[in-house]
Amino acid sequence: MSFSLKDAENEKDIFVRRAILAAFCVLLLLCALAGRMVFLQVSQHELFASKSENNRVQLKPVAPIRGLIFDRNGILLAENLPSHSLSIVPERVQDMDATLALIDTLVGLSPEEGARFQKRLKQWRRPFEAITIKYRLDETEIAKLMVNAFFLKGVEVEAELVRHYPRGEDFAHVLGYVGQMNEKEKRRLDDVQYKATRRVGKIGIERYYQDALHGEVGYQKVETNAQGRILDVLERESPKPGSNLMLNLDANLQRVAMQAFKGRRGSLVAIDPNTGGILAMVSSPSFDPNLFVNGISYEDYNTLRDSLDTPLFDRASRGQYPPGSTMKPFIGLSFLQSGVTNWSEKIDDPGWYMLANDERVYRDWKRNGHGDDINLRQAIIQSCDVYFYEMSFRAGIDNIEPFLSQFGFGKNTSLDVGNALPALLPSRAWKKQHRGRSWYAGDTLNMGLGQGYMLITPLQLATAMSVFANKGKWQRSKLVQYIDGVALADASAPADVEINNPADWERMGRAMEGVIRHHMGTARALQKGLQYRLAAKTGTAQVVSIKQNEEYDSAALLERQRDHALFVSFAPVDAPQIAIAVIVENGESAGRTAGPIARKVTDAYLSSLAQRPPLKRDVFGLSNMGN
Amino acid sequence: MSGDFIRQLDDSGMGRGRSLFRRLHIDPLLFAMLLLLVLVGLFTLYSASGQNMQMVSRQMVYFAIGFGCMLVIAQFNPHWFQLAAPWLFAAGIIALLLVLVMGVGAKGAQRWLSIFGLFRFQPSEIMKLAVPMMLAWFMASRLMPPNFKVIVQALVLIYIPTLLIMMQPDLGTSLLISASGLLVLLFAGLSWRWIALALMVVLAVAPAMWYGVMHAYQKQRVLTFLDPESDPLGSGWNIIQSKTAIGSGGIEGKGWLQGTQSQLEFLPERHTDFIIAVFAEEQGLIGVLLLLILYLMIVIRGIYMAAQARDSFSRLLGGSLIVTFFVYVFVNIGMVSGILPVVGVPLPLVSYGGTSIVTLMAAFGVIMSIYMHRQV
Repeated sequence: MSFSLKDAENEKDIFVRRAILAAFCVLLLLCALAGRMVFLQVSQHELFASKSENNRVQLKPVAPIRGLIFDRNGILLAENLPSHSLSIVPERVQDMDATLALIDTLVGLSPEEGARFQKRLKQWRRPFEAITIKYRLDETEIAKLMVNAFFLKGVEVEAELVRHYPRGEDFAHVLGYVGQMNEKEKRRLDDVQYKATRRVGKIGIERYYQDALHGEVGYQKVETNAQGRILDVLERESPKPGSNLMLNLDANLQRVAMQAFKGRRGSLVAIDPNTGGILAMVSSPSFDPNLFVNGISYEDYNTLRDSLDTPLFDRASRGQYPPGSTMKPFIGLSFLQSGVTNWSEKIDDPGWYMLANDERVYRDWKRNGHGDDINLRQAIIQSCDVYFYEMSFRAGIDNIEPFLSQFGFGKNTSLDVGNALPALLPSRAWKKQHRGRSWYAGDTLNMGLGQGYMLITPLQLATAMSVFANKGKWQRSKLVQYIDGVALADASAPADVEINNPADWERMGRAMEGVIRHHMGTARALQKGLQYRLAAKTGTAQVVSIKQNEEYDSAALLERQRDHALFVSFAPVDAPQIAIAVIVENGESAGRTAGPIARKVTDAYLSSLAQRPPLKRDVFGLSNMGN
Repeated sequence: MSGDFIRQLDDSGMGRGRSLFRRLHIDPLLFAMLLLLVLVGLFTLYSASGQNMQMVSRQMVYFAIGFGCMLVIAQFNPHWFQLAAPWLFAAGIIALLLVLVMGVGAKGAQRWLSIFGLFRFQPSEIMKLAVPMMLAWFMASRLMPPNFKVIVQALVLIYIPTLLIMMQPDLGTSLLISASGLLVLLFAGLSWRWIALALMVVLAVAPAMWYGVMHAYQKQRVLTFLDPESDPLGSGWNIIQSKTAIGSGGIEGKGWLQGTQSQLEFLPERHTDFIIAVFAEEQGLIGVLLLLILYLMIVIRGIYMAAQARDSFSRLLGGSLIVTFFVYVFVNIGMVSGILPVVGVPLPLVSYGGTSIVTLMAAFGVIMSIYMHRQV
């Protein structure tokens, strides 16, 4: 190290020079800061002022209240009940695992709730949209969460209105249910209107009338803090509640029908022929739609899905069955219409029928036949198969198929049953296209009995029966009667069914009455205690086809391979009020299984007509007609 | 001037007639400005904390301790600082090493040392005083302006603690501590050639720092600084919200306790590092300019006081401490207003926090001591 004398004066000079320089630098840098502040606070003031205002004030969408659904007598079928639920805004949670662990210790989280939350976490959602993790909190749970709110950033207890179906199982299929909106629905539905909405109709009326029931979104201008907590409501534009629906369905009738099935698999559809209003629409067995509102548990869902009785399946609008002999009144009319026979022509029924140049024996359901005195009326009453083989052969598919088509078979004619299937009305062209073969005479014979390719849904069958009861005048079937008091209009009903001799409607009706009244009638057991004139037709549909020369032995068949029992009816015959189609799967004997169900429902409806209380129209929004 | 008159009396008289401030070795002008700054800080804190009187009371306790420290330190003759400097520096280095071995962590960094579990302190805070003292001690014993060998030795002295603090990791503090050491070199007359050379070296080394030394969160801060909108809900949130708070304040401000950005909790860290944004939002440009002028006057007064010191050690120490104080102000306001990257530096004597207040007041104690003991 060099050793030299320090020069104190020089050192002080150096320092002073540098200090003055430092002071200038400080001044310069402070000017830079001041300049930055001027830039932010003067030049860009307006930009940041609006940014700050946007921070503070938020436009929050307010979900409208979903419309209520009433039955035809004003009984509430779908309502909105307040419920508290726990939701999480993931963006605001700092430590998700710790938060979930704390919630678990406070109110308990089932593995299922945890799994569902994690799944929703991965799905697309709007930024800062809350995910509900637990529903139906009780007061103790709410209190526990509130006390620990400090440790639960981003966790909120929300009060919301949750859909509830007081009639539960009775209306599960037809009314449907609402559930969490999924991504597909989010894309499909109006982004603006559904901004605050979390649940939408999944099936049934809830789905078909989703837009009407939903209402219009409202807005709230709110002051929030950074955590999104609302501190003050500055402005409010109230949401427009959804429309209330009044249905054609009759809750009590639905109940009667449901109970009449006693848990058997099957379906019933009842229609008022004068209006086309669906009075009852039942698919049995059913399920509790309330399970689906807040997301059904895996366990419950698997039970429903895996049940052999397929309770989730809507048999009424989507179940496809061969119509069997319930087709005979319609096909009988087609014989008269095509002129191949008349009411008086009699044929001989030995119990079987054969075509020329065909080995195959077409059997009658009655082994030894119905005798030699079978005209059209008797063929209906006794459900004589050989008569229909013969006449079908004479009329041919080209006469039968277009005539049946006029009753709505093979298409979906309902006005508002959203997911109804068209089922199948076969024709020459259909067979060529789908089976690759031409139409054989044998196909026509099968069709004459409602067997073969033809398929119907219970809704179609009831609709056809209703049109029949209405003497060919079309009223499309509809579930909803009024939307907010405005009657549902039908602008494009199908053309009425015209027949050459309109008196044939009545005559065929009387023949169907014979099914009940006549001592040979296939449903004569239903006559007991009958207070009104009931017209009906039974039918059976084969589940397993019977081979040639083989005896039909029901005892040997497993229960699920037994024939389906079908039944159509309308009453009273002179002024029809209700037309019904019933199917009991594997019910075997229509007269013993399906028939009594139809009888019970008809009894209940006609007696209720006699003593219906006057409706208070203003209660159900019926007073604002034309609104 | 009455001041000069009193000073003359003081110089001649022994004890008799000396003013209270003189006896306490406190410069009344600097003291008054600090007090004004503290008051502004307390009012701002009251608003920034969401009118939390408890927090304000605690801050007042910190200030009481801080002023106490200043008062005690001001009584020491700077000669004692010169004697203590190497020992304090050595103790600080040992404490920093201990932190790395057995430090207590918070938010992913080990910065605290727990003494027998009784209380905790940050050794890096000691170094804020010890590094300029050590450098002043070292430079004062060498020829000025420093030659190349001295410069290298001085840089070694600066970068040992800097690197140790960087390893904690605490980038902000390490940069500020190295700045305080470098300032001593500058005041000692470091030639401009070396300064120019150093700048070029920094530009050359910067990419190496980026890929080799910096932690991911530090890189993120730099990236966010360059484009805060790139991550508006993550690390960009702070800077967007603070700029919004400042900008929305306008010229006149929204008024005390009326700043929506801060009162509605949009502004993060609003009572600590980002408190200037609260002040700017509520007091507007006028308030900010007045505050900047107050800081300017404190710094100018501090530089003047350092220049009046009796020896090189005191001058270098005082000069370094007061300019470091300014660096804090500049880095903090620059960061909050978005012209510097986000580094965790509090606004001196305004931000909430005891450690920073006590360290800063101790530094002002040293400056007071240097000025008030200037007569040989």
